[in-house]
Amino acid sequence: MAIDSDVLVVGGGLAAITSAVAAAREGADVRLVAHKSSTLRQASGLIDALGYVPATEPAKPLREGPPTAGRKLDRDEWPDPEGPLADPFEAIDRLPETHPYRVLGADALREGLELFDDLAGDAYRGGHTDRNALLPTYGGSVKPTARYPAAAEAGLASDDRPTLIIGFRSITEYDARAFAGRLEAAGVPFDVAGAEVEFAEAFRADTKVTRFAKALDHDEAIDGVPAREALAKAVGPHLHDVVDEAGGVDRVERVGFPALLGDDRGDEVRAELSDRLGADVFEIPMGPPSLPGLRLEDRLYDALDAEGVRFETGNPVVGIETAANGSVETVAVDRKGRETPYGADAFVLATGGLVGKGLDSDRDGVRERAFGLRVEQPADRYEWFVDDAFGDQPYARFGVRIDGDGRVLDADGVPEYDNVFAAGGVVGGADAAREKSASGVSLATGIVAGRQAATEATQ
Amino acid sequence: MTRHTDDGDGDAEGGNGPDGERGDGPAADTDRSTPAPGVPEAGRDEQPSIFVPDDGEVSDETPPERPATDGGVESATGGSDSADLDPDAYDPVDVFPGGDLDLREGADSCYKCTSCDTSCPVAEVDEEFPGPKFQGPEQWRLKRKGDHDIDESITSCSNCMRCDDACPSSVPLSQMHNEARGQFVESQMEKLSREYVRNRILSNYRFFASIASKVPRLANAATKIPGAMKLGEKVLGIAGDREFPDFATQTFREWWKDRGGAQVTDPDKRVAYFHGCYSNYNTPEVGKAMVRVYEHFGYEVMVPPQKCSGTPMFANGMLKDARRHAETNVENLVEAIGEGADVIASCTSCSLSLRQEYPELFDIHGIEDVSEHTYEALEYLRINEDLEGELAGTELADEQAFAYHAPCHARNQGLSRQAVETFRDVDGVTMEDVGDSCSGISGTYGWKAEKYETSMEIGEEMFEHMEDAKGDVGMTECPTCAMQMEHGTGYEVEHPLQLLEDAVGA
Repeated sequence: MAIDSDVLVVGGGLAAITSAVAAAREGADVRLVAHKSSTLRQASGLIDALGYVPATEPAKPLREGPPTAGRKLDRDEWPDPEGPLADPFEAIDRLPETHPYRVLGADALREGLELFDDLAGDAYRGGHTDRNALLPTYGGSVKPTARYPAAAEAGLASDDRPTLIIGFRSITEYDARAFAGRLEAAGVPFDVAGAEVEFAEAFRADTKVTRFAKALDHDEAIDGVPAREALAKAVGPHLHDVVDEAGGVDRVERVGFPALLGDDRGDEVRAELSDRLGADVFEIPMGPPSLPGLRLEDRLYDALDAEGVRFETGNPVVGIETAANGSVETVAVDRKGRETPYGADAFVLATGGLVGKGLDSDRDGVRERAFGLRVEQPADRYEWFVDDAFGDQPYARFGVRIDGDGRVLDADGVPEYDNVFAAGGVVGGADAAREKSASGVSLATGIVAGRQAATEATQ
Repeated sequence: MTRHTDDGDGDAEGGNGPDGERGDGPAADTDRSTPAPGVPEAGRDEQPSIFVPDDGEVSDETPPERPATDGGVESATGGSDSADLDPDAYDPVDVFPGGDLDLREGADSCYKCTSCDTSCPVAEVDEEFPGPKFQGPEQWRLKRKGDHDIDESITSCSNCMRCDDACPSSVPLSQMHNEARGQFVESQMEKLSREYVRNRILSNYRFFASIASKVPRLANAATKIPGAMKLGEKVLGIAGDREFPDFATQTFREWWKDRGGAQVTDPDKRVAYFHGCYSNYNTPEVGKAMVRVYEHFGYEVMVPPQKCSGTPMFANGMLKDARRHAETNVENLVEAIGEGADVIASCTSCSLSLRQEYPELFDIHGIEDVSEHTYEALEYLRINEDLEGELAGTELADEQAFAYHAPCHARNQGLSRQAVETFRDVDGVTMEDVGDSCSGISGTYGWKAEKYETSMEIGEEMFEHMEDAKGDVGMTECPTCAMQMEHGTGYEVEHPLQLLEDAVGA
């Protein structure tokens, strides 16, 4: 006997959760199966929709012949991307025709973001407008994004209040002074200074962000002083570090920290620091391992539970069985060596792209791992990429192709199976890294795939 | 250059593993079969097994081979007695001449995303613990040169194995930790030290439990003598604040013998019950519930001779002990499998050990079969029976809310939500998941005096969530998580099989 449900979602990230919730809200009985803990913990926690429209044509024709392996002969030239975009929706028409936003339409993105707002509740901001917000990232640049954690709100780059950026020597993600310098160079409309303070030095150098968060959550004593107080005391002497253009000294009105200000009790930690410092406190989203990503993961899995979705992580989907009519009947879940069939009336594939490992590649080709679906790719692998690392890399758009209902297409452009839908990074057509569109594509494809799978399953 | 050959013994370059395998020419690619989707080639699934040479050493702590002391009976359908174990009958293949496990591909698969570190419950409370990324791939690389000792911090790893589940790249982290810990204990730990003796005692719980079970009342009374646990702390370093679990007056195996073994026979529906030590000596009610529930569903239950699953031994680096027990277990379970049975464990650490650690660490004839045929008790019923249909419309006589904690080892098998989902539709049952934190005890870890505080700090989140939950009865599949839950909250703790027994009226 197979483990059955109306809709089976394969994957554990933003797209998988979105489609599972969307399907459940259509009345379907939904199960989600993910191989590993969600990779949301590697995500910044920002929800990008569309920040840039990158050029898909080089400024001059590409040189013929094999790659140059970095030798500087006749380099590619690519125009700068269009952006940062103020409004992601109005730019969708300028994306390539095969982009998921073009295939599904702008409403899919809008509805996906609405669903996210509903699930994230008061933990996220940005839902009041269609327009992008600009947030400083730990690289010292400013990024256009559609939704952002409440913890990052006071850090908006469009805000003109003088700002202090705090760093710790033992946390190597950024150097606070260099960070402040980069923001100034980027032309932000506020005065900014960076300061490195002694606090993290009470811990050993390779202490994990989760340890700092826990110490602040519980306000553990650091050398006899409660952690929150100790941190505020370390920052205090720098509150007048900002010097304005006229050489005057401003008291800062907001203070930015690496994103480690508590986990379960982050709001409490920020409020206390803010109180002690007399300035707003914000977190700067970081790369992995990311506490904002972990917090989002917790929140979304709680939402899955509340929506009645069954879920399990730990075992991969390794194959499919089809029925006589050509639809997929069961998938095989590898439970530590034994394959167990999981049946459903419709399936959503949301296993991620090349980084998420939904796609696999070697010298022979690029494959979709779980269902063995077609991934469009040039036969000659020298055509998978172009010389310029920041150019329009064909591999960045690899993935399965879908129709307007999210069904996966075969080489002839017709659905491969009538009950298999795809969402998120496994769907090709977007260059998420250059466009800053990864979360938006997950939300848009997720909501369409989830709804259509539910319709297919319950019709 | 010597190329890697198919039979895997072509490693003429010494202990560095098949260098040719990651080859730079097309030759390396052509023979690569399509990898199983979702399971990178570098994952544990393709790892050759370690061979820990069993030099025939018979430890003083070896339990009496005759299982008669614990009411030992043969399985319902026979099964050989473990005393007949003949090491010569085995054909261990020593893949790596130095007894060294080749983990290179696992180390190569790590791209340092640090997801494992964020999943580590020890690193979250103890900044002195460098985390699973160091203990695994980084330490493995460091010791390639041969002149590096294993860092002592490996003994602070609790072997919860959450890092395995967190790694998006299928790096065999727990396998690396087990190997490093085994090496540390073998070559760096003073065998006469209090710590070694204490760890050996903790990991050989079965031996002491089997003795105590002969005189359960006396043993129970002895642990409650005022100062007895404090003495244990002073002499042995066993956490004095813990309450020693009671021994049952009748072990599960004694009960099984008294009832005359299986009450249902069906050669087409057989399961071999791996009860483990705790259900046998301390909580036979879990084992009885397993038998009654499975017989309710028409299964013939076999109870083969068995020893410890090895979980506490892995966690203490006692790989030789673990291997000796594994030989008995594999021999008897393979025989049961040959008679048509699947292997069922009621403890999620036992099932994880048989499924994952056995084939990762040992090369014993039949060990892969055991791994592939092993399931957790509730999992097996959910796969093979219409449990939802059976439970729909059932009602529990007395309404009860439970605070459910998913053991870390259940998480790795995809089982962390099964109890919540199974009992969702039973009238009168409220099953609340108390969150994804670790209980902190991790088997023997929280029993060590120097780890007790860390253990309780890890558990704090679970205790808080349990107290916030509606229920005042705890529920979990893992016996040591249950100890910790009880220790931290004072709640009574049940196993899902006991609730299932009530719900289906078995």
